[in-house]
Amino acid sequence: MNLNRRTKMIVFVGVIFAVLAAVYLAGLFISDDFIAADFSQKGLKPSWEHPFGTDMLGRDMLARTMKGLSVSIIVGTVASTVSAVIALIVGVAAASGVSWLDHFVNWMIDLVMGIPHTVLLILISFACGKGLKGVLIGVAITHWTGLARIIRSEVLQIRSQQYIEVSRKLGHSSRWITVHHILPHMVPQFLIGLILMFPHAIMHESSLTFLGFGLPPEQPAIGIILSESMQYLSAGMWWLAFFPGLMLVIIVLLFDRLGENLKKIMDPYSAHE
Amino acid sequence: MKKKYYLKCTGKYLFRMITLLIAVSVISFVLVSLSPVDPVQQYVGAVPNVSVEQRAKIAEYWGLNDPPVERFFAWAGSVLHGDFGVSLLYRRPVLDIIVEKFGASLALMMTAWIFSGVLGFAIGCVMGLFNGRWLDKILKKVCFVMCSIPTFWIGIVFLMVFSVMLGWFPFGMSVPKGVPADEVTILQRIHHLVLPALTLSFLSFANVALHTREKLVDVLESDYVLFAKARGESKWSVLKRHGLRNILLPAVTMQFGSFSELFGGSVLAENIFSYPGLGAAVSAAGMYSDVPLLLGITLFSTLFVFVGNMLANIIYGIVDPQIREGCIK
Repeated sequence: MNLNRRTKMIVFVGVIFAVLAAVYLAGLFISDDFIAADFSQKGLKPSWEHPFGTDMLGRDMLARTMKGLSVSIIVGTVASTVSAVIALIVGVAAASGVSWLDHFVNWMIDLVMGIPHTVLLILISFACGKGLKGVLIGVAITHWTGLARIIRSEVLQIRSQQYIEVSRKLGHSSRWITVHHILPHMVPQFLIGLILMFPHAIMHESSLTFLGFGLPPEQPAIGIILSESMQYLSAGMWWLAFFPGLMLVIIVLLFDRLGENLKKIMDPYSAHE
Repeated sequence: MKKKYYLKCTGKYLFRMITLLIAVSVISFVLVSLSPVDPVQQYVGAVPNVSVEQRAKIAEYWGLNDPPVERFFAWAGSVLHGDFGVSLLYRRPVLDIIVEKFGASLALMMTAWIFSGVLGFAIGCVMGLFNGRWLDKILKKVCFVMCSIPTFWIGIVFLMVFSVMLGWFPFGMSVPKGVPADEVTILQRIHHLVLPALTLSFLSFANVALHTREKLVDVLESDYVLFAKARGESKWSVLKRHGLRNILLPAVTMQFGSFSELFGGSVLAENIFSYPGLGAAVSAAGMYSDVPLLLGITLFSTLFVFVGNMLANIIYGIVDPQIREGCIK
């Protein structure tokens, strides 16, 4: 087959997307019977029957990992979508030309970035009484800063264009210009920013869960699996931590590649690379 | 003229620092007050036979019945006097704990910081020099993968491989068990520091390398490098005379700007290796609802990050006079 690089990249993006969707659906549809405790099967090394081994309660680690990844993907999706929407609103507002608003937004960004991210996540999770709600809110309201800055500078750039000036002279209101001229330009930035937020969101969700602030212990989450595995490390049960973590790395990597490749497709300037 | 400039800068930094710290204390206090966790219940814990009257007395003593604004000013007032309260977890003044734990954390963070900075920079230079060739391509792939590896997992993998399987390094902690504190040798401390520091540096290593690579590639594609090559300068001398001078500064600034991630990473690294530092303390404080300690460490870590950013700006100003004009952007 003779494909040019652009087509190849689109195919590549499609494949990544399919893999991620498959992981999500697999986790969703694996029945809970697979992760029921079975003490006759406890602490088994990886084999054909249990490719990732089993834990001390005899639960199949592959099934637990898939379920955990599924949870991670959904938490990542919700949190990064909320975060990206916040970034869009804040970024456009900052660039609207109102001086105090711009200063305020910049100050807010400095403030959110001024507290170490993990510490801020712990604080928010603590405020929400831990659990799923804490993770979702925490991850959602701490990841918008970078994208907001990008969107702000993009909007500022577009606002200085001549056609915006013309549009204004033609009597269109600022709101009309924002909706019809500026927001459409933001779509690629928004989508790419959203997807590139995923890896961070997922990693922060699982680190927070690992520390004990995130999802509750009965939930099959990668952070829970890894923090449980810590107890059995000195006993040499390496498979409890190795495979689930590796799968998490792969998912994070796939999201990262998805975003970077979409960026190349959408941005004509980087198409030559 | 110069003196006036420095005075103005110092003033601006001080103003920024104070407003930032005030804002952070307000926000963290609000967040902590929102928590549904009952502090009295946490304090009493598993102790039985605590009557309702006694609980009410504790709540009264702590001023829990006062409105939040009043409580905030009471807390902020004592913080201004240097009193951060007493940690519920350690039953000692918060400030003492922070000072003591920060020493341990600083050793860990600085080791990782220097390690990732120097090695990341070196690898970045190698990638930049071999831009587009196989060595660059392989290293770039490795860096991309490294960026996607969560700190806590790589920490666990290091523990499994180097402590459990190979037995080269101890299984966590910062000093050997059963040895009095004053008999711990510096070598033993370093021995305990290696794995956590490696774990922590993993976080920023790939970032530094990729960033350096980008910058170096930009420089090497410039006209003055083309001219230098035309004059017959060797690859090494181009790197030394034109490359390093231009990329060292952004690299150093970026390193100082990474204090936030460094602190965040240390929370995870210290938890995995049971390393007794600030990072382990802050997650313990959140876990067991030790509000004074949580607030204290939040403020302290904000200050730490601020100092990092300030140093980055100051160094930039000293080295590059063009930036100095603007003071802080």
